[in-house]
Amino acid sequence: MATSSIRFVLDGEVIEVDNVDPTRTVLQFLREDLRRKGTKEGCAEGDCGACTVVVAEVNRDDLSLKAVNSCIQFLPTIDGKELITVESLSPPGSKLHPVQRAMVQQHGSQCGFCTPGFVMSLFALYKSNASPSRQDIDDALAGNLCRCTGYRPIIAAAESMYSEANGDSHADWLRQPAGAQQKPSDRVARLTSLARSDGLEIEHAGRRFYAPLDIDSLARLYARNSDATILAGGTDVGLWVTKQHRDLETVIYTGRVAELNALSVSSTHIEAGAAVTFTDVMPVIVGEYPGLDELFRRFASPPIRNAATLGGNIANGSPIGDSMAALMVVGASLVLRSGSATRELPLDAFYHDYQVNDLAPGEFLVSVRIPVSDPNAIVRSQKWSKRFDQDISAVCTAYCLELDGNTVKHFRMACGGLAPVVKRAAKCEQALTGKPWNEKSIEQACIALAADFSPISDMRASADIRLRAVQNLLRRFFHETEGNVDTTVYSYGRQR
Amino acid sequence: MDVNVSSKLKHNRAVGEALPHDSAHLHVTGRATYTDDLPEPRGLLHLAVGMSQKPHANIRAMDLTEVLATPGVVDICVAADIAGDNNYGPIVADDPVFADELVQYVGQPVFAVAATSADSARKAARKGAIDYEELEAILDPLTAVAKGSFVLPSETLVRGDPDKALENSPYRVQRQVSLGGQDQFYLEGHIAMAIPQEDGGLLIYSSTQHPDEVQSMAAHATGRAAKDIVVICRRMGGAFGGKESQAALIAIIASIMADKTSRPCKLRLDRDDDMIMTGKRHDFVIDYDAGFDDTGRILGIDFEFAARCGMSADLSGPVNDRAMFHCDNAYYLSNVRIVSHRCKTNTVSNTAFRGFGGPQGMFAIEYVIEDIARTLGKDPLEIRRRNFYGKDARNVTPYRQTVDDNIIDEIFDKLVVDSDYENRRTEIRKFNAASKVLRRGISMTPVKFGISFTNTFLNQAGALINVYKDGTVQLNHGGTEMGQGLYVKVAQVVADEFQIGIDRIRIMAADTSRVPNASATAASSGSDMNGKAAQKAAATIRARLTEFAARHFSVSEAEVNFHGGRVSAADHSLSFVELVQMAWADRVSLSATGYYKTPKINYDRSTFSGRPFFYFAYGAAVTEVVVDRLTGENRILRADILHDCGDSLNPAVDLGQIEGGYVQGVGWLTTEELWWNEAGELGTHSPSTYKIPTCSDLAPDFRVELMQSGNPENTIYRSKAVGEPPLMLCLSAFHAIRDAIAENDRSLPDLHAPATPEAILRAISGAADE
Repeated sequence: MATSSIRFVLDGEVIEVDNVDPTRTVLQFLREDLRRKGTKEGCAEGDCGACTVVVAEVNRDDLSLKAVNSCIQFLPTIDGKELITVESLSPPGSKLHPVQRAMVQQHGSQCGFCTPGFVMSLFALYKSNASPSRQDIDDALAGNLCRCTGYRPIIAAAESMYSEANGDSHADWLRQPAGAQQKPSDRVARLTSLARSDGLEIEHAGRRFYAPLDIDSLARLYARNSDATILAGGTDVGLWVTKQHRDLETVIYTGRVAELNALSVSSTHIEAGAAVTFTDVMPVIVGEYPGLDELFRRFASPPIRNAATLGGNIANGSPIGDSMAALMVVGASLVLRSGSATRELPLDAFYHDYQVNDLAPGEFLVSVRIPVSDPNAIVRSQKWSKRFDQDISAVCTAYCLELDGNTVKHFRMACGGLAPVVKRAAKCEQALTGKPWNEKSIEQACIALAADFSPISDMRASADIRLRAVQNLLRRFFHETEGNVDTTVYSYGRQR
Repeated sequence: MDVNVSSKLKHNRAVGEALPHDSAHLHVTGRATYTDDLPEPRGLLHLAVGMSQKPHANIRAMDLTEVLATPGVVDICVAADIAGDNNYGPIVADDPVFADELVQYVGQPVFAVAATSADSARKAARKGAIDYEELEAILDPLTAVAKGSFVLPSETLVRGDPDKALENSPYRVQRQVSLGGQDQFYLEGHIAMAIPQEDGGLLIYSSTQHPDEVQSMAAHATGRAAKDIVVICRRMGGAFGGKESQAALIAIIASIMADKTSRPCKLRLDRDDDMIMTGKRHDFVIDYDAGFDDTGRILGIDFEFAARCGMSADLSGPVNDRAMFHCDNAYYLSNVRIVSHRCKTNTVSNTAFRGFGGPQGMFAIEYVIEDIARTLGKDPLEIRRRNFYGKDARNVTPYRQTVDDNIIDEIFDKLVVDSDYENRRTEIRKFNAASKVLRRGISMTPVKFGISFTNTFLNQAGALINVYKDGTVQLNHGGTEMGQGLYVKVAQVVADEFQIGIDRIRIMAADTSRVPNASATAASSGSDMNGKAAQKAAATIRARLTEFAARHFSVSEAEVNFHGGRVSAADHSLSFVELVQMAWADRVSLSATGYYKTPKINYDRSTFSGRPFFYFAYGAAVTEVVVDRLTGENRILRADILHDCGDSLNPAVDLGQIEGGYVQGVGWLTTEELWWNEAGELGTHSPSTYKIPTCSDLAPDFRVELMQSGNPENTIYRSKAVGEPPLMLCLSAFHAIRDAIAENDRSLPDLHAPATPEAILRAISGAADE
């Protein structure tokens, strides 16, 4: 049954919005419709953080608060959730929130334009981590750019915001209607009451937005509308609208599909639903494969990871997507569904060419199956980019190495950024397999890499240096296994 | 009436206190109003700009039918719709608002579209069908030099006999090095809203460092007189020079469309459009030939700079002049030739950016110093000290200004000790000898930056202060607030002049109807000039109040004292408010203007000689880095800074300028890379591809100290300008990276800026190939 309204909580009140444009962003809604001007647009692509808001959802009977980029979130995706903006933190006439007080005390704002976004990222940190390390603070703020301060006073604010609470650490300082309770349990109850029994269906000016609740409904909808845009976290599709100004006729949102949001670990594999966010799936993967820790820490930023999904990264299939190389070398496979038919396909067979994959019309990604780690294998991934945090890889590598004595028993290597798709380095793998694991073999493998890939030049790196970089990354992996170097420059800096 | 002296006013003095930014409480709550946050007038139209897709072409024909047919579109305008001059070039009239027949860069405005929503306008702006006749495009400075393509004539500054000195030098070093540009990346993009007023008037809200220029340029373009336009800017979400001259373009487009439609019009550039359409820091190709003796003293030097100015002159003249004035940095150059080419390229017109050419000039000489040290196998610190300006001799710059306030030796002496430079350098060399992949490096560099606009006439400022009957004050001056803390500093000055709490003062927006003819808030001169102007305005009112009190209480004026919110006149004591009320009742004017022009400066551009700068600001930094020799990735481990602020007006604000400037400079020389493709299109036009520093890039060990040693010149409370100088402290980071990748103390890696992982790998592999 099509409806054109959505409901969500803002400042303790349920807001019902009628006649929703399916691809109107949360930021546009805040600034243009509600005239709440505190949240800013800095880039409209989720890369600067000026638009950061916090979205609360009920997760196992508790409130989970996550910072997201409102500039690329479509408004219907917050149906049933609570939206917290900078205005929510200190109602007019009330004292400043401890986060805000700390920012003032520490001189954390200069021009002030990025500040509301920082305040919201700090608020999310404040609510989720009682004593963050410098690393935690850096990670939490990785999606917020400040051009004025150089960050030192903002870090100081993050460290001092807890003492600004003056013992009043349980207060939320959130704007509420007069007399309303703001106990978390009440907020949970309020959000629970917004839960829909049927999927959301919106029609607006001939365009449609569907948010089915179960996989069968999704399969039926997609079979009927095989030209629809599948929307997961929106961190890429959002840009089709804000940057490319595309009109999306039909959007099917997977964020509410229960089966696609499931995450489980068995004795043989991790099964991650296609709509599970990076924030949720990363710790599970890294727990299994610690060598992927730095890759995933450097994957986008918290507000992006809070929205972006593993399935979206894979299905979108960018040649510079960061998760695929690692998943390929550990032998991940994809569960695909079309109508009622389901099939499983190895990830390294999924990509055919630039933006061409194995999905048939109406077929969608259900889950990713990641084998549990082999104790004999070394798995490692490297990201090579201009900046440590929230940068797109110029080159991304992943290795899975198993040695028999000093002989290479199995070697898998995959790379992003070097070809129209992320792909295995077949010749390099062949050059090393069965060879002694030494510098001479690595040099042979480096020559093979040049036959595996013919990279292009673009704004991220030149072709010749991309090739040199991937060869050096392989050499570096060798040195790591030999104990010649035990840290990257990034963790080196942090150990001091 | 009671007078509550602000609790913030300690020691009865606001100046020198680390007060928070005046808008801090508004920033953190989202209640600070930026131009896009202003209430929108009824009938407001939103604009977008149709841009050239070719770097150099004649427009054969243009079909905007599809643009007009887009739902929500109300009107379009093109060059022919401009009633006045189709130009916003501030110095040379070579900057068309809309390209007419010729386009000269990808991103040049060709038309604008007005619609009922920003979405509609932006959608429509992409639909312009332009038929181009492509012309040969010049896309880099060296090609421009080869083809004689310049926006302004090349300039040469010579002192002594550099050719002979070079010839007679026992050692020579020559190099060509490229130095990238930098996008300002203010978080708030360009924006202006133009609202038609009665009788042909126009009100413009503009995010601009230079409301006066927006006023005069909009007047020229719309065929008005200046009196018919008011420009207001309360604050900008960052500017860094990017909103000095080019804000006028945005405001003019909004004004032209407002005239054409008789409706309020707002143009807010999307981030990508902003980065494609508006100018950046000039990238340079630097050639040098330096001769020196075995102690490392420079005997002769020959510099040749080729700067990418883009398609028009904009501010490139003074930017390149300042590069010429700063390629001495803190060093005495006895025999020197500086040739400066202002290259015309078919790329966006480059403009002001914090440092304004100074960083490029300093980059050149610091590279020379490092090369001398490496040629001789000495610590660069020794070479720097060997070449520093003297106090009494060797103290005249190539442009013949005597450096009479030199404190660079004192700064170096203190920072060498505080940073433990020498022990760390020794330890780093031990570490590197044992480390295969990771290498560390350290460098210490000075800054000496000239303060004043090099165009002498720009060094003037005005203020208007109104005292109201309740003893509160509105403070107006010509300066603009872009986050640098100018407004709180000037308010501190005025609070002290009246001896009242700063909370009694409301800081007003920059408004061309309150203070006319103001220079840009630029050249680090904001608090120097506006502070003095506001102080004079306040002093005028205070003098009137003093005269009144003396008359009223029959005491001498010398017996009238303002102190801690009160005024005493011999035995009489009353509050400031009471005095103000009595003075008003006695018909004493409580409003006054103040005007200031920087003294002592005079400069003859035709000979590049004189005293362009009132004084110099100094500083030094020691940066230590770690670099991965295999990947070129790098990270700052520690930075120590000692920076000269004179007697700081507000140490918290100044600290913020130093820290922020350093980090911004490090971005310029490391991660921030502007990349154009062969079609002249900028590939790095958003934060996904253009990487400014993030939180984790900040040195984990960051130690910054203010050198508060006053100012020999009579500046406002003997403070020093601090907006631009600290940016150049970043040169230490670049040379720390070069130190880290050098095989030994005698190797000369060919490292170009920015030192991206790619540039570092090239420098390392270049050395390996030799």
